[in-house]
Amino acid sequence: MKFTKDWLSDHLSTSKSEKQIIEKLNGIGLEVEKVEPVKNELSDFIVAKIIKANKHPNADRLKLCDVDIGTKETIKVVCGAPNAQDGLLTIYAPPGSTIPKNGMKLEVSKIRGETSYGMLCSEAELKLSNESEGIIALSQKYSGSIGETYFKNKNDNNVIELSVTPNRPDCLGVRGIARDLYACGYGNLKEIKKIKFNKKSKHNLKIKIEKNKNQACSIFGSCLIKNISNKESPSWLKERILALGLRPISAVVDITNYVMFDLNRPLHAYDLDKIKNSITVRNSKKGEILKALDNKTYTLKENMCVISDDEGALGLGGIIGGVRSGTELDTKNILIESAYFDPSITRKTSKELEINSDAKFRFERGIDPQSVKEGLEMAAKLITEICGGEVSNFDIQETQKFRKKIIKFKSNLVSKTIGIKINDKDIIKILTRLGFETKKKNKLIEIKVPTWRPDIFGEIDLVEEVIRILGFDNINSIEPEKIRIKPTLNFYQKHFHLAQRSVASKGYYETITWSFSDDKTNDKFKEGSETIKIINPISSELSVLRNSLYPNLIYYMEKNLNRGFTDQSLFEIGPVFTGKKPGDQITVICGVRKKQYDDQNNFGEKNINVFDIKKDLIQSLIELGLERDEMLIEDISPSYYHPGISGTISSKNEKSLLAYFGQIHPKIINETFGFEIFLDNLVQFKQSNKKINKSLVLSDFQKSERDFAFLISKNINAQQLVDAIKNTDTSMIKKINIFDVYEGENIPSDKKSIALKVTIQSDVKTLNDNELKDISNRIIKSVEEHTGAQLRS
Amino acid sequence: MSEFEKKILEFKEKIKVVKNLPELNKINSEIFGKNGIINLEFKKLGSLSPDERKNFAASINSSKKELTEFFSKKSTEILDKEIIEKVNKEKIDITLPEKDFKIGKVHPVSQVIDEISCIFSEIGFSVEEGPDVENEYNNFTALNTPENHPAKDMHDTFYLDQDMKTLLRTHTSPVQVRTMLKGSPPFKIIAPGRTYRSDSDQTHTPMFHQLEGLHIDKDINMGHLKGCLNYFIKEFFEVEKIKMRFRPSHFPFTEPSAEVDIGYRIENNKIIIGEGDKWLEILGCGMVHPNVLKNCKLDPNKFQGFAFGIGIDRLAMLKYGINDLRSFFECDYRWLNHYGFDPLDVPTNYRGLSR
Repeated sequence: MKFTKDWLSDHLSTSKSEKQIIEKLNGIGLEVEKVEPVKNELSDFIVAKIIKANKHPNADRLKLCDVDIGTKETIKVVCGAPNAQDGLLTIYAPPGSTIPKNGMKLEVSKIRGETSYGMLCSEAELKLSNESEGIIALSQKYSGSIGETYFKNKNDNNVIELSVTPNRPDCLGVRGIARDLYACGYGNLKEIKKIKFNKKSKHNLKIKIEKNKNQACSIFGSCLIKNISNKESPSWLKERILALGLRPISAVVDITNYVMFDLNRPLHAYDLDKIKNSITVRNSKKGEILKALDNKTYTLKENMCVISDDEGALGLGGIIGGVRSGTELDTKNILIESAYFDPSITRKTSKELEINSDAKFRFERGIDPQSVKEGLEMAAKLITEICGGEVSNFDIQETQKFRKKIIKFKSNLVSKTIGIKINDKDIIKILTRLGFETKKKNKLIEIKVPTWRPDIFGEIDLVEEVIRILGFDNINSIEPEKIRIKPTLNFYQKHFHLAQRSVASKGYYETITWSFSDDKTNDKFKEGSETIKIINPISSELSVLRNSLYPNLIYYMEKNLNRGFTDQSLFEIGPVFTGKKPGDQITVICGVRKKQYDDQNNFGEKNINVFDIKKDLIQSLIELGLERDEMLIEDISPSYYHPGISGTISSKNEKSLLAYFGQIHPKIINETFGFEIFLDNLVQFKQSNKKINKSLVLSDFQKSERDFAFLISKNINAQQLVDAIKNTDTSMIKKINIFDVYEGENIPSDKKSIALKVTIQSDVKTLNDNELKDISNRIIKSVEEHTGAQLRS
Repeated sequence: MSEFEKKILEFKEKIKVVKNLPELNKINSEIFGKNGIINLEFKKLGSLSPDERKNFAASINSSKKELTEFFSKKSTEILDKEIIEKVNKEKIDITLPEKDFKIGKVHPVSQVIDEISCIFSEIGFSVEEGPDVENEYNNFTALNTPENHPAKDMHDTFYLDQDMKTLLRTHTSPVQVRTMLKGSPPFKIIAPGRTYRSDSDQTHTPMFHQLEGLHIDKDINMGHLKGCLNYFIKEFFEVEKIKMRFRPSHFPFTEPSAEVDIGYRIENNKIIIGEGDKWLEILGCGMVHPNVLKNCKLDPNKFQGFAFGIGIDRLAMLKYGINDLRSFFECDYRWLNHYGFDPLDVPTNYRGLSR
């Protein structure tokens, strides 16, 4: 919404400055977005400087000038003036501007093969004098104004642009803004004078609102004005239209626009002579066609509100008029429409047809239904003043009465909500000034809501009105109390927090990637999960909710690889989606590592292998509170891992899935390792297996170490071997350390040799040779039984 | 002087001139070995009378002790000499590069979430969460959003079904609804999380982060709201004073509603928060609308309170001088390295939020 202080003065007599007004508007919820000088018809013409006047390559008498117009780069303008020379300050007309002398609209054009962006002007061209010899030479005092408009407004008027929240349609008119300022004590609201017409002619056009289901129109007011002479608007009106950023068209059109911005009352003017017989406001039939004033042709769907005559649709109610009944400069007789259209139906129609207009913008937010007559009056007055003509009586068709809402207001709600005491007198004063009718009834105030405030439903809305006008600055800030009734983080959240920093401390950089992913890449990782499509994705590459964190991480890892980062560790902690219902999601921590060395240049570093990632993973799991002994590691994993170089970690108890790890399948990406921790499972496992803090027991009895080497089938995991040993005597076997794995010569091809060191120690005594021998024998027996392995001699 | 004593003196002289450990060890066994002079001398004990025995043994022992000390002194001398010789030969170019120490980084958004949680923890807020996929009711209807509100458009919200019943939450406010529906007042929570809107340009990304705040009790009013936000902003930007203004605004789920601006100025191309005469909008807030309370099964005559919503990414940008929102999600290694935080930098109340 745009206006000027000058325009505001039509409604508000105030001594406040523009600056004070702007500050106040911000303070009462009418956010000032922009303040800039009013545009006039000559605003386009700006001060410019010729940096270099080069010879035109193809014409002796022309020059090709590099011109500084205040932008970053200079532009090229072809100029024939003899005085065009280096360093000249002059006036530049950009493409799109109209030269006052001849009404010629400038375009980017080629002059003798060279492109010219706009024109440098002579005094005659700008109607400043008759001097047409050469371009304007400005004095040096303009050297600081390059890029600024030459024709500044004398009265220094600014356009103030508000960003009006959707609940305040009343402030889409200058009157509404004035009313809010009046409520703040910023001047007096001027009354709108009653207008009397000599209604010479009779309204003789038949008008009807059809009873349709979901009929958007409930009031249709109109008047005829005959024998006008439509013309260019007078300068005061043009100025206001320009201030709105609109183009003046003709007095009739400009007046309808003016009233819309003045009173927030959209109107529409029809050429009466082009209306066939009568007007019916009805729902459209499927396939009806309307050529609208935006020069587009719309094919209507069923049940859109149209204003029609006997021939067909004249316009879309509350949205846009049609070309067929549009007014022209030679229009003699007109019909002015002032109507009420339902916000949500109007919105739906304009959305379906993708039409935006100032009228639609207002009707979908809610126009004052009681402003129908006021709008007609003001328009008729202005039209007759400027264009002459005779006004008919007003015809008002009405299918619904709009009554003022009544709210019973317990005024202490104000103090209760804002924390400071406001007395009834002040409350009533504010509300009255905003147009509410108030009546004290016992402890209540009975409030009648003005029809221009569709946003007021209940008491709390009135509280907001009061505090808004009083100013939020008046609320006393209450220092927060430093009391905690509940822990900040719950058990799960603590683990989330720890997991994030635990993985980061292993050298991984945390990333945050989209929760959505590319359909095809996601498919490689989704295993059995359901694909969750977004029906209106932002792009086809982000069309599904991710079933895994890998797709995005690998995508970005490859991008970094292309940037030259051959050694990368990335991770993300975030949601993975398992279904399309709320809550169908789990939290996964996924890390990826890649290291590509160029052989010559590795300074003793080795390429990473699966044990590097396993080390990171296991250490993080330990930091998250699991014990190494609680982890069951198996060589099974999802299909996106290398089948031979990957595994699963679950809890020995309950077999709860904690993590996957391994090399990513080489068909997806080569030489890359990764892991996934399933945080929800982990936390759940910990919650149901809470540990009791054991006190430390130290054994000072002698410990013994025994080495074993077993020949074992390749199909058997080292873990199984270790378990078989450990289970022999869990209390005395303190440590099992694999120190060699051998396959190859001297060993059958289906076997491998595993050598381990077992640490044996009793907590109660020093073991003698016989006892140690006995344990060793039991170990060998257990291993043979459980794994089929043989002790190597 | 006995034979034994003579030998002792001889050995002493021998030890004095020994040059290396093997020689020393040889002498060692000659003295202390099985057939060394000490042992041989002890063997004589058997032929002596008990009276003589005592004195004789004492004298051997004292000689043994003397020799042992003499011996270990020499041994240390030789060892030290050898080490010094060896060390003098060893020389490494220590200006060669050290091995990389791999410490990772925590994303600035995560760091800022921890900072925020730390600040609100101090004044008694706890952290709540909600799902990224929401139903239309929790995201819009329960929050008093009118049926035809533009935010519900396909242009603005990502939907998972044609009926527009399931969607990606457009704000963290549905966590308010979930929290109130599952518990009983008082409620004092913050809810950070991912939010989604169908928007992608210079300053918008289809996914971003928001922080929701909610405090409901019997008498929580706008003064508390002001105090709470004032405290938060001051703590977050780690400044003594903060310039703040509340501007009335409009949100369906709060009434009265306000937007909060903070004062700033630009100095040497850097933004200074808390002073200056420019204003920067940083959050939206208000008193929870009675309709929202009703939808959450609370009686608005008995309970009231405030809610606020803050863009986390934007806070991170302001505090840490990050210019481009889109860069948060582009995972550029250089960016992560530059703007990421050391995992040991855990924001705490007692040590402070940032280094």
